[in-house]
Amino acid sequence: MPKKSVNIANKLVPWLFLILIGLLWQLVVDRGLIQRFILPSPWDILATLLRIFPEIKVHLMTTIREALLGLFIAVILSLTLALLMDSFPLMKKAVYPVLIVSQTIPAIVLAPLFALWFGFGELPKIIIVVLVCFFPVVISLMDGLNSVDPDMINLFRSMGAGQWHLFRHLKLAASMTNFFSGLRIAATYSIMGAVIAEWLGGITGLGVYMIRVKHSYALDKVFAVILIIVALSMLIFKGIAWSENLLMPWRRLLNKNQSEVNSNGQTK
Amino acid sequence: MNFCPQNKIKLAVNNIKKTFEDTPVIKNVSMELHEGEFVSLIGLSGSGKSTIFNIIAGLLLPDEGSVIIDGEEFTGKTGRVSYMYQKDLLLPWKNIIDNASLPLVIKGYRKKDARQEVSGYFPTFGLAGFEHKYPFQLSGGMRQRAALMRTFFFSKDIMLLDEPFGGLDAITRSRMQDWLLEVLPALNSSVLFITHDIEEAILLSDRIYILTDRPARVKEELRVPLPKARTREITTTGEFNEIKKYIFSIL
Repeated sequence: MPKKSVNIANKLVPWLFLILIGLLWQLVVDRGLIQRFILPSPWDILATLLRIFPEIKVHLMTTIREALLGLFIAVILSLTLALLMDSFPLMKKAVYPVLIVSQTIPAIVLAPLFALWFGFGELPKIIIVVLVCFFPVVISLMDGLNSVDPDMINLFRSMGAGQWHLFRHLKLAASMTNFFSGLRIAATYSIMGAVIAEWLGGITGLGVYMIRVKHSYALDKVFAVILIIVALSMLIFKGIAWSENLLMPWRRLLNKNQSEVNSNGQTK
Repeated sequence: MNFCPQNKIKLAVNNIKKTFEDTPVIKNVSMELHEGEFVSLIGLSGSGKSTIFNIIAGLLLPDEGSVIIDGEEFTGKTGRVSYMYQKDLLLPWKNIIDNASLPLVIKGYRKKDARQEVSGYFPTFGLAGFEHKYPFQLSGGMRQRAALMRTFFFSKDIMLLDEPFGGLDAITRSRMQDWLLEVLPALNSSVLFITHDIEEAILLSDRIYILTDRPARVKEELRVPLPKARTREITTTGEFNEIKKYIFSIL
């Protein structure tokens, strides 16, 4: 098979699998094996999604705003902190362990506290998103900065490079791959973090809406919102993959090179 | 025949000593490199040759002794001479032209000017047409030539090459040696070259320093009594084999 159609087939496989599960699910509900108010069928969910979309638009916008703003702040913070920890070993010694231990505190416990301190507006939600997204980004950035080949650093130093050139041409670029893998994780956390924070109290947002419809046992609406959350997370994920390709064109070429080598190996 | 270049001294290493945690690594090493000269250092691996390079490049401070370049003291000062490794150390995220022009960018050139400056040298280094390729798209030999180009642009007059062909297969390595012989007169650099390969050292060098095992001392300084313009054919002559035999007897 030509390579292009192999690629398309590979992308199709998970979709076909998903459709298969959907059909099964539909069948189970249609046959009355599970009652509709316990588990709505996929078709019901899609229909509901279209019907409720106008009324949840405002909730959707709130969640997107909180997630993106939180993610953005988290990235800025982690870049700053990683840079500081890399430049000042004492800072790293002091902060790094605390950072790791801090991750054992579940965000879900903090949300009500933040609501208490900062009210029911968007601010406490943004803080939750920042806390949730910050960690994977800063850790992967630190890993990236630590993984720079010491011989490379020596080469730069022998050429008389100062801290700025060392950072700009070597360290930052070398840690980009790690940075983006952390950012992809953070991106999927961002929507989830916002929704969980809203769930625990708020005025608008998908989480607020979800808790409302759940209380009225409108499970088709709950599932419709889940669908939106998945779509949103995927969208941010894709956006990051896209900016990764834009910022690191060499990476795409490298992957292409490697997959060509692999597929050549397979055909033999 | 060019037995003793009477050119001026580009680089002098005076009586350097270096000890790492009570283990003496270098003991009273002195050597010099004249203008346009190609000088090899041979010795067993781990004999401190790379440490000598690190001291010359200014990355390490010797316990005693000094490094003089063009009559000026450069002991422990980076930014005058750079060196090239067995690993190419090209930045995978920069294409070849940006890798080669990196030293100029560090020196403060604007990116565009740096590119313009290096672009004319791509044919010389056998890399014409590969300016915008990334390192992983090149063969091992080409990557080493690109690394040499970067070293050249950092300090055209003096290059320190630390086993630059050590990681290449035998055929590519001999091709690189042939290419280096061909291109050196055009580059007009003074080269200090570390190698394990005795044949390589004789083929390329005007002079050879043979070092002892740890701690490194200069055991013997040897002028290669062969004409300066050489090709691979010379490796099969009796003269060449005599030199080789002599070096083996010292090692």
